[in-house]
Amino acid sequence: MAELPILSIMTWSPFVAALIVMFFARHRPLLVRWVSLIGATVSLVASLWVYCAYDYDAAGFQFHEEFSLVPSLGISYLLAVDGISILMCLLTSIIIFAGVFASWTVKQRSQEFYALLLLLVTGVYGVFVSLDLFIFFLFYEIAVLPMYLLIGIWGSTGEVRPQGIFGWAFGRTGVGTKEYAAMKLTLYLLFGSAFILVGILALYVAGGSQTFSFLAFEQMEFDPTLQSWVFLAFYIGFGILAAIWPFHTWSPDGHAAAPTAVSMLHAGVLMKLGAYGVVRLGMGLLPEATVEWVWLVGAIACINIVYGALSAMAQTDLKYVIAYSSVSHMGVVMLGAATLTASGLNGSVFQMFAHGIMTGLFFALVGLVYEKTHSREIYKMGGFGTMMPGIATAFTIGGLSSLGLPATAGFVAEFLTFLGAWESNYSWWLFPAVFGAFLTSIYVLRVAGQIFWGPKSTDPHFQHLPDAQGTEWAALGILVFVLVLFGVAPSIAIGPIDTATGPLLQRLLGQ
Amino acid sequence: MMDAGYVALAAPLLHVLAFLILAIVAPLRRLGRPAAYVSILCAAGALAAALNAWRAHAGDQISRIVWTWLPEQGQSLATIGVLADADSTVMLTLVALVSLLVQVYSLGYLSDEPKRALGRYYAYQSLFAFSMMGLVIAPNLLQLFICWELVGLCSYLLIGFWYQKPAAARAALKAFWTTKAGDVGLLIGIVLLYRQAGTFDLTELQVLVANGALPLAGLSIITFCIYLGAVGKSAQFPLHVWLPDAMEGPTPVSALIHAATMVTAGVYLLMRTAWLFALTPDVLLIVAWIGAITALLAAILACIQNDVKRVLAYSTVSQLGYMMTAIGAGFAGAGFFHLLTHGVFKALLFLGAGAMIHAVHSNNLSDMGRLARSMPQTAIVFIIGTLSLAGIPMFGGFLSKEEILGAVWEGGLVGPFIILMLVAFLTAFYMFKAVFLAFFGLAPSHASHAAPSHPHDPPASMSLPLWILALLSMAIGVYFTFTHPEPEFVSPGWLMPSAVGVAVAGIALAWLVYQRRAISADGLARAFSPVYYAAENKFWVDAFFEKVVARGALAFSGAVGWLDRYIVDGVLNVISAWTLTAGDDLRGLQSGKAQDYVYGVAVGVLVLLLWVQFA
Repeated sequence: MAELPILSIMTWSPFVAALIVMFFARHRPLLVRWVSLIGATVSLVASLWVYCAYDYDAAGFQFHEEFSLVPSLGISYLLAVDGISILMCLLTSIIIFAGVFASWTVKQRSQEFYALLLLLVTGVYGVFVSLDLFIFFLFYEIAVLPMYLLIGIWGSTGEVRPQGIFGWAFGRTGVGTKEYAAMKLTLYLLFGSAFILVGILALYVAGGSQTFSFLAFEQMEFDPTLQSWVFLAFYIGFGILAAIWPFHTWSPDGHAAAPTAVSMLHAGVLMKLGAYGVVRLGMGLLPEATVEWVWLVGAIACINIVYGALSAMAQTDLKYVIAYSSVSHMGVVMLGAATLTASGLNGSVFQMFAHGIMTGLFFALVGLVYEKTHSREIYKMGGFGTMMPGIATAFTIGGLSSLGLPATAGFVAEFLTFLGAWESNYSWWLFPAVFGAFLTSIYVLRVAGQIFWGPKSTDPHFQHLPDAQGTEWAALGILVFVLVLFGVAPSIAIGPIDTATGPLLQRLLGQ
Repeated sequence: MMDAGYVALAAPLLHVLAFLILAIVAPLRRLGRPAAYVSILCAAGALAAALNAWRAHAGDQISRIVWTWLPEQGQSLATIGVLADADSTVMLTLVALVSLLVQVYSLGYLSDEPKRALGRYYAYQSLFAFSMMGLVIAPNLLQLFICWELVGLCSYLLIGFWYQKPAAARAALKAFWTTKAGDVGLLIGIVLLYRQAGTFDLTELQVLVANGALPLAGLSIITFCIYLGAVGKSAQFPLHVWLPDAMEGPTPVSALIHAATMVTAGVYLLMRTAWLFALTPDVLLIVAWIGAITALLAAILACIQNDVKRVLAYSTVSQLGYMMTAIGAGFAGAGFFHLLTHGVFKALLFLGAGAMIHAVHSNNLSDMGRLARSMPQTAIVFIIGTLSLAGIPMFGGFLSKEEILGAVWEGGLVGPFIILMLVAFLTAFYMFKAVFLAFFGLAPSHASHAAPSHPHDPPASMSLPLWILALLSMAIGVYFTFTHPEPEFVSPGWLMPSAVGVAVAGIALAWLVYQRRAISADGLARAFSPVYYAAENKFWVDAFFEKVVARGALAFSGAVGWLDRYIVDGVLNVISAWTLTAGDDLRGLQSGKAQDYVYGVAVGVLVLLLWVQFA
């Protein structure tokens, strides 16, 4: 498949669109949107094309593209995808496609907003497709950094009162403002990427300083002690982005402060970068260390699941509920990976996809509700189901997926993870995982019941609220459709996942 | 000829077709009645398919069709498909019949609903019928679980159909959460069983069990977990609390979901896996005792209700306890038989109650009275249903109830048997209490708010389903009074007369108290005052869940939320604050004065010299 650099097209089309938006669409907001939409569409088509054209019988990495960048250091532009990355690219393209629609009503500096959003997406694609760890790291940083501006400029300020024994510290850091959230998120993630860089360089040096190629590293046997330390570095570095406890606190603040499309992308896709990094680099390159450390990964994942769900239950701000539910669901992703079983790994990757779509849908909905009510206070709202039936229905479907109701993607992911957990060496993981799913049903339906399916609020601001309109439907429709489609016919995702997790598992356990 | 399994499959597929049409074609859904016609048309087709499937499988014919649903490493991890045999197709027919009748009935019952709401209602109804049928014909435990959750969802949606009413919104959530708690058990049970057996497939599992190839270690835990799912769904003590509250939904919904079909899913599950439970007699004993306790507590609660739907709801809980006790005694067939007859006459009772409620605009028995004059048809069908429930010969529940009693006796469970005999008495009592209060006795005091002066029999769309169910109950009753199917056991000869005698005694007491007024109801309450007091407080089960479990969970989550915000994140902010402060402080070092720097250099050199000297 050397004729068309399809992966480069997918990766760089948002970037090209960003350039066009920046330089040729000045002060023409509609053109900005259309160019962005075209960029997102090109990458969506490309990712669908990759999904269809991938040779599932041959498996492994396909669609190779390579040319040397810095031969003396062994850095090259090396792209290829396997089953996991195909699915992640598909997720990214769906979310950005929906995200362009969800940002249609951004008024302030929409040109820069779209440009940064698209730049960020290029970074995300790049991480999923690059096999050269140097390029991988570059893309990773591109994916993380625009977030600072996107939240800092277009974000919204919440309400967190500094109190408790550390109240003085909150006062000092300026908690609650969007600037605080942006800074916290960026610093935290950069702190994590320092670990990743150290890990990558350690492998590079241990591998003879010849190459950064993932494929080359895959062939090498690293020293067990080195593996152990590098795995921990990757786990912490990527784990911060995947919101592992106790490094998750950037996520609620960041997601709550971010504008709609940014929350969608960040919770929907960027958090998956973290999990993807742990699976691809940590587990893929360091099999012995993986087996050594899974007890920790799994145990922390269990904490994530239950702790995240309990914290979500305690929130009164709608965006915080969704953000904490992400913390809980990313626990399922990490737990599935830590089981080291076929079902668990499949469930883990499936959950990356399912949670991406689900949380994208949630943040799109929260954005819509906020736009119409100018409120995120759950307990001030009530009975919106009559006024905005479309939004209410979409929220409920997202919620049902989140609590793992069958016929939505969430069920397949959670069920596979549960199966894997019980088959793993630490079968007790099953119980916190199932308990977390039960807690999810409590807080999600409680919120849905309060906001949509309950008695009407008497607040005069909430008497006449419109349902979603025009382009807003596009984002909701796509995401709901995907969520149900993958729940009803999971084999369309399990097919590609299986081709990648099988060999990975063999490598992990076949030593 | 086409495989008969496809005929069984056609029934749920027709319902899902109706659901998809109504869900996707929003303009049609918003028209209201046309949407209802689409749904009813599909339901009629589904009934025809189900009847055909039943006819094809009435003997020993078994059809099994499966497709891979979830692949794993080139193999099939889970399948979906059809397992049609005598049991599943007769259940399929029951579901198809009751859902069709309920859908027709709802046309009249919900005629005042806004068009949009009506369309939504029929979409939910179709989704429910699809899921319930999918559950019934499930060839494996995973499909069963999937449909199990979907019927729970439909139950939630339909209980909360009038979600603007706070009580309905609350009841919907309560139902979902309570059943979900049981479902957690079921899910764990399925996962554990998969590890033990390597399959979800019922047929393969049965072969494993028959060959003795299933390891028995830990099997009790597995069957107990599966049973927990049934406890939630089939409203067994202590998770029965959601069912009476579920009466906030429209009455046809109560008839279909909360009497005839969904709540019996737990019984059905245990019947389908009876060969598995047979390996764990300890769990069966629990099933039987919990069933008997449920039957008794619910019957006592039914006696003190004034709301006709709640009487029926507790009666459903009580009858589910009956079925479970029979299964616990090891005779799943008897429980399943009662499930089928109960499905018919309880649907009849609920729909009849719906006609009464529709006529007097109140659920309260005290707002009814002497309705036999103004609503003779409703009175007749309701009394037929009541006699069926009481287990009087020639009526629907007669033989199935005796079979359960016989099964429990035969299983050697004397304690549960005595309880069930007591429950038979109470059942006849509370049901006839409702009959006498509603249809005979005194006219209601018209002081109550909305009672119109001229209640009348319902329109044809409502009375037709009533008569069909009534005649069906009679037919079942007459048929089984004279032709005894070969039971798995022979009950002692004294059992049938004494069971009927107990029921007649219950009717007589109700007559004395509520018709002749020879015994004062208050006096009766006083005579049993401790029981009455406990029953008034619903045996404190609801209070336990609301005050202890719910509040405890909320308080705990609040504590975790606080911990996360102010301690876990607090530590992070402390580090940041220290960094900021350190920056501020260290900034002082860059004073810009040359003498400070020279001073610093001098101190540094001194320290270095000392270090070189002594280190």
